[in-house]
Amino acid sequence: MSDNSFNKEDYLNMELLRFTTAGSVDDGKSTLIGRLLYDSKSIFEDQMETIEETSKKRGEEYVNLALLTDGLKAEREQGITIDVAYRYFATPKRKFIIADTPGHIQYTRNMVTGASTANLAIILVDARKGVIEQTKRHTFIASLLQIPHVVVCVNKMDLVDFSEEAFYKIKDQFRDFASKMDIPDVHFIPISALLGDNVVDRSENTDWYEGPTLMYLLENIHIASDQNHIDARFPVQYVVRPFRHDFPDYRGYAGRIASGVFRPGDEVMALPSGFTSKVKAIEIEGEALDEAFSPQSVIMRLEDEIDISRGDMIVRVGNQPEVSQDIQAMVCWMNEKPLQPRGKYTIKHTSKNARCMVKEVQYKMDINNLTRMEDDKEVNLNDIAKITIRTTEPLFFDDYRQNRITGSFVLIDEATNNTVGAGMIV
Amino acid sequence: MSKYYLNHLRELESESMFVIREVAAQFENPVLMFSGGKDSIVMAHLAYKAFYPAKIPFPFLHVDTGHNFDETIRFRDALMDKLGVNLIVGSVQESIDRGDVVEEKGPNASRNSLQTVTLLDSLEKHKFDAAMGGARRDEEKARAKERFFSHRDDFGQWDPKNQRPELWNIFNGKKNMGEHFRIFPISNWTEMDIWQYIVLEDIAIPNLYLAHEREVIERDGVLLATSDFITIRENETPEMKMVRFRTIGDMTCTGAVESTAANLEDIVQEVASTRITERGGRSDDKRSETAMEDRKKQGYF
Repeated sequence: MSDNSFNKEDYLNMELLRFTTAGSVDDGKSTLIGRLLYDSKSIFEDQMETIEETSKKRGEEYVNLALLTDGLKAEREQGITIDVAYRYFATPKRKFIIADTPGHIQYTRNMVTGASTANLAIILVDARKGVIEQTKRHTFIASLLQIPHVVVCVNKMDLVDFSEEAFYKIKDQFRDFASKMDIPDVHFIPISALLGDNVVDRSENTDWYEGPTLMYLLENIHIASDQNHIDARFPVQYVVRPFRHDFPDYRGYAGRIASGVFRPGDEVMALPSGFTSKVKAIEIEGEALDEAFSPQSVIMRLEDEIDISRGDMIVRVGNQPEVSQDIQAMVCWMNEKPLQPRGKYTIKHTSKNARCMVKEVQYKMDINNLTRMEDDKEVNLNDIAKITIRTTEPLFFDDYRQNRITGSFVLIDEATNNTVGAGMIV
Repeated sequence: MSKYYLNHLRELESESMFVIREVAAQFENPVLMFSGGKDSIVMAHLAYKAFYPAKIPFPFLHVDTGHNFDETIRFRDALMDKLGVNLIVGSVQESIDRGDVVEEKGPNASRNSLQTVTLLDSLEKHKFDAAMGGARRDEEKARAKERFFSHRDDFGQWDPKNQRPELWNIFNGKKNMGEHFRIFPISNWTEMDIWQYIVLEDIAIPNLYLAHEREVIERDGVLLATSDFITIRENETPEMKMVRFRTIGDMTCTGAVESTAANLEDIVQEVASTRITERGGRSDDKRSETAMEDRKKQGYF
């Protein structure tokens, strides 16, 4: 390979931003995504040709950008989005992954799925309608899943004559109900996804708006500190033993750092045994690192030979997670078969599997008006509830608000092996 | 900017290594599907990195249509030697000889769809419970909805409307006897990421990806390399052109693009400015709008 003008470092300056969009067709969500993809030149000619042809065949007046995101046959036929679809685009500054999720109430499960890995959520509000139930639902899910940044796009500004008053009224409405929720960083942008105002280019119609365009915000919002770099947690995923004569007695713990920073020489403790040792080396493909941090996948080696296997966790002495068999969590139910009170499930938490029993449903959330329902405790598909569970063996965990990796788990139905619940430890 | 941040390639690399290790940990008998294409070469590289200094703890499977570029096979064999990996070849020719499948007829005949049968047979014969593939979500709209861990029933079929939810980085590989999983560790990579990563990590690739002179015919807007496996029609004239391949698969349906990109840097530039998806050169996807979804449901990659 030649080493001419090509600069590998150029790539090193690109960050990855994962964001989620929730909304229905009426919100202009597909139009917005279509515009982001189109204006960043991420729609290819053959993709465009295919959807133009399909639009024409179906007798639609304009090119239906929703066809870009609706991938499954059933979705195209019914004109609805069933599943989370992942979209990709890049600008010279960042690479973006969009988890595009349907917005209707039946699909809370998909919104939760899309939100679980997102750094940022785009919430669309129709400038004519203002904050509606769906807005509250989306915002609640963003807050529940602890998406660090929320961008409220007040869309269809063209239909309210780009009125400053309309925009600020919605901003106030939103702030009012969101103040009860835990959202660290909220931005508001007046846009028209259809006409492009403030999406990629600054609008001449909103001279009263001094904030950034959506694209500018996506490219520049500070995400490096979204990761928890304080609490050092290393769930052991796999034990690497090469059995090679050039690596005698080598024993490495492979895993992805969940949070915090580890360095050679750190005093660490293995859970559940409680044995302590020191970090001897941290490596990727044999190359020793001075320090390693989330979300790096590495191999860690310790000074002492202690018994550690998959499901164990290496943490720093002096900063330990909670260790308990009794866990309280918010759970989003993902299956048609309701949660069984006192039912037994497999719980999957970091690299650990255990069994658990749901001891109590404390309350269910009414996600339309954000109130607790203490009387109705039947947890059905798309319901969100606070539950207490007891596990067969202790888990090592943190509050989900502090740690999205060690604070999350899924519940698995032991008869069907299906993932039926998504839990956030409180 | 915080010093604790990974650029996008390292973050994708880290995610993929995590997924590959999960497969090794959760399954008894996994396999990596290796086609000799750039995506599977990157997968092999990631698997090597994930377990080093131990060897890759699973074999590779090549579903061989028999219509290969010679370069692909030479490259494959050299790489397997280097990695010390056990290669299993599932032969479409053998499936045809046994009468398990019937070869398509006519000038557009391709063995591409026959691969599904050979693949499922190979998985069953070797009792593989997880097959890792290099499919990416950006390739095609049905793949955009695919999970990292994709559950398959007894018949190897994909049920897109009834997929398991997949949250955070928790992957549920539980299954009943006879079922298996398809696993897609590089789901979140784009074609551009693949090329950038190949440059960043200095990964060797077959020369087919670089511009070279080759005899081709144009069919339905796609340039196909002439070979014994292609029946040239009356109105088609073979011509010599400077071309390269954006994907490498069965010779009968893998289209070339005209290109002068002779090194990796040129390719990255070319990919950045190109306006056609890489599967735009795959005539197998052009058969109908839902061609990929239909094939996937039956157990295709």
